[in-house]
Amino acid sequence: MSPGPAERVRPHVFAVWVEDLPGVLNRVTSLFRRRGFNIESLSVGPARAAGVSRMTIVVRADDTTARRMQVQLSRLVNVLRIDDITDQPAIHHELAMFKISATPEERSQVIQLAGATGARLVDIAPGSVVIEATASPQKIDGLAEVLRPYGILEQVRTGLVGMARGAASVMTDPDARNPPKRRTSRDGDAGGSHSV
Amino acid sequence: MTKPWRRTGSQLIWETLLEQGVHTVFGYPGGAILPAYDAMLDYPIRHILVRHEQGATHMADGYSRASGEVGVAVATSGPGATNMVTGIATAMLDSSPLVCVTGQVGSALIGTDAFQETDVTGVTLPITKHNYLVTDVDDIAPALHEAFYVARSGRPGPVLVDITKDAQQASTERRPSFGKVDLPGYRPEPRPPESELQRAAELINRAERPVILAGHGILISGAMDQVRELAERARMPIAMTLLGIGAIPANHPLNMGMMGMHGESWVNQAIQEADLLLALGMRFDDRVTGNLKTYAPNAAKIHIDIDPAEFHKNVRVDVGLAGDLSAVLAHLLPVVEARDRSEWIGAIRGFKGDTAVRDIQNLPDMGKLYAAHVIHDIWRMTGGKAIVTTDVGQHQMWEAQYYRHNEPRSLITSGGLGTMGFALPAAVGAKVARPDEEVWVIAGDGGFQMTMCELATIAQERLKLNVAIINNGYLGMVRQWQEFFYDRRYAGTPILSPDFAALARSFGLGGETVRSRKDVEGAVERARADERTVVLDFQVEKEDTVYPMVPTGARLQDMIRRPEQEPDGDPESEAEPVAAGHSMEW
Repeated sequence: MSPGPAERVRPHVFAVWVEDLPGVLNRVTSLFRRRGFNIESLSVGPARAAGVSRMTIVVRADDTTARRMQVQLSRLVNVLRIDDITDQPAIHHELAMFKISATPEERSQVIQLAGATGARLVDIAPGSVVIEATASPQKIDGLAEVLRPYGILEQVRTGLVGMARGAASVMTDPDARNPPKRRTSRDGDAGGSHSV
Repeated sequence: MTKPWRRTGSQLIWETLLEQGVHTVFGYPGGAILPAYDAMLDYPIRHILVRHEQGATHMADGYSRASGEVGVAVATSGPGATNMVTGIATAMLDSSPLVCVTGQVGSALIGTDAFQETDVTGVTLPITKHNYLVTDVDDIAPALHEAFYVARSGRPGPVLVDITKDAQQASTERRPSFGKVDLPGYRPEPRPPESELQRAAELINRAERPVILAGHGILISGAMDQVRELAERARMPIAMTLLGIGAIPANHPLNMGMMGMHGESWVNQAIQEADLLLALGMRFDDRVTGNLKTYAPNAAKIHIDIDPAEFHKNVRVDVGLAGDLSAVLAHLLPVVEARDRSEWIGAIRGFKGDTAVRDIQNLPDMGKLYAAHVIHDIWRMTGGKAIVTTDVGQHQMWEAQYYRHNEPRSLITSGGLGTMGFALPAAVGAKVARPDEEVWVIAGDGGFQMTMCELATIAQERLKLNVAIINNGYLGMVRQWQEFFYDRRYAGTPILSPDFAALARSFGLGGETVRSRKDVEGAVERARADERTVVLDFQVEKEDTVYPMVPTGARLQDMIRRPEQEPDGDPESEAEPVAAGHSMEW
């Protein structure tokens, strides 16, 4: 449906708990695609409870569309819970690594700059260094700007992960009451790794 | 010492199906499902061999819609499974509960492009409510058990279970337990909060010009009597969606008839002028709303549906009550006040105006054969009591307009997906589900040719159906759009057909060709009396048009209506009187 006239398109952050089963990631992303929603970033990892994965999904949408996505997602059988944490007091961080071209002379400057922004040095090679940062996407954008003049050879960003602040959070991890024991999709689950 | 309990995966498939109350499956064997077929012979299962797997899914769908039970279709891997896709999508769009069981290549071969290997769970992901790939014998029974639960609970839909050949062949000593299904993320039956129910009741009690929009959800929920009670108590007129037909008897005085693109113009006008729409188990499909920007501009909207994802999807609503319709109405009914609303009903009677004089029923036929007349005659001769299945297109709309259904689950048609070739196999499923009912297929010459191979299934199973082909030599609805919107350039729509009557006879069935109105009655009578399935080829007017019509994107009240002087010529001849079988308030 058409968005309300005054509704602004902005990044929405969803915290999504899903059963850790093969193929579940495919179900989630396929739903976004076929309903015409575009994922800006997505990260997945194990949640606190066994058999549960937690995703952080960022999409650009107006509020009406975001609500629609939320209800569509909650229809998936393997989705345990979904919260739109966009407007909650929450920490939204991502991890980034930048490989910077740096001559031995420039190296100390780069390391100093990184230190000043809270990033840290994780690798040194003859012509380059690798800087790692964990921060809000805006801060990471800022770091990238500062590093750009030296020459960014390579970069990787994980996409956002989010968590509400405070001990009395409403967002306690749901348990899969019946930890998944079935393999019901084609991916197998060979390595014992996280299988979504 | 007693022998330990031991079953193969194949045996567990049938034992789980039997435990779910399944006694009939529609299917087609092949390599990857052979172990299951071999085991089937040892269980009391009726297997109906289809001629194409699309037919199996439509039959299971027809079975489901006629009975309210889950329909089951079985196929092999690869092409067997991909042939099911159209039928699965049809069931998905119309919320029909199916369980499709497909064989898959051995688990060691998955991903190797093995013979007849297709990623079937991948292919069907967006068109199933849920699906499973089972590679372990111990997962077969739980997956099937869950599949039935998911298919029939909440908003029903198709579920596919893909089982590798090695899982079918393997055996296990672990006896499956069929307890309560535990799916922590699946909440099939939401309940609306009390405050929202209260708000809905207030809107209803306050409304001066309410209209009930009656959809398929009424039939699925079994809320027919409650909706009737609600309408009668609050004197609210009812408009039907295509799939809602039968939920309220066509002859109920408050039932106005079908809404939307080919609904009655005055029904659409009532919706446009309403101050309240009470949408029951329907989803504001584009075929019923016309232009959303101008849809029912003055109406408050209450939407009751089991799937909250339908709220605000197409139309913004003021109150959305998520829940099983019957359960929600049980809470709502006691707080809805009895009202008269005769002024509103009188106004709607005024909207009806000259509708009757534009109805082809009331126009002279000039010796020509019109589809509306054929369908009207079938309705008259079957006493309106048959189960009718239709495809999609002109004949489908004429059926909805001229066959007046008074019974729930008596019209089985492909609504959401609009699938040609649905009617014949769906009728097979309906007849198997309700063998004592008279079943009619009404199909076009185009759609019928898509699945007419199932005549062989009908012959092999000795099923008694009646088939009416509305044969106009065109893909009629497409031709109609070309007539209105493409300057009568009939690209790809003229269609040659075989001699359908002779074709039917070649299968050992009955067949007759009908070319004039005076022969309709006799042909229908002979078909009904014949113990075989009979195919009646009604060669109707070639360029007849479904009126009225809301052009795509137009306002609901801006309908193209049948010109008053059509068919042209001498009004003295052969005018058939209107059947007075139904009394309306209007």
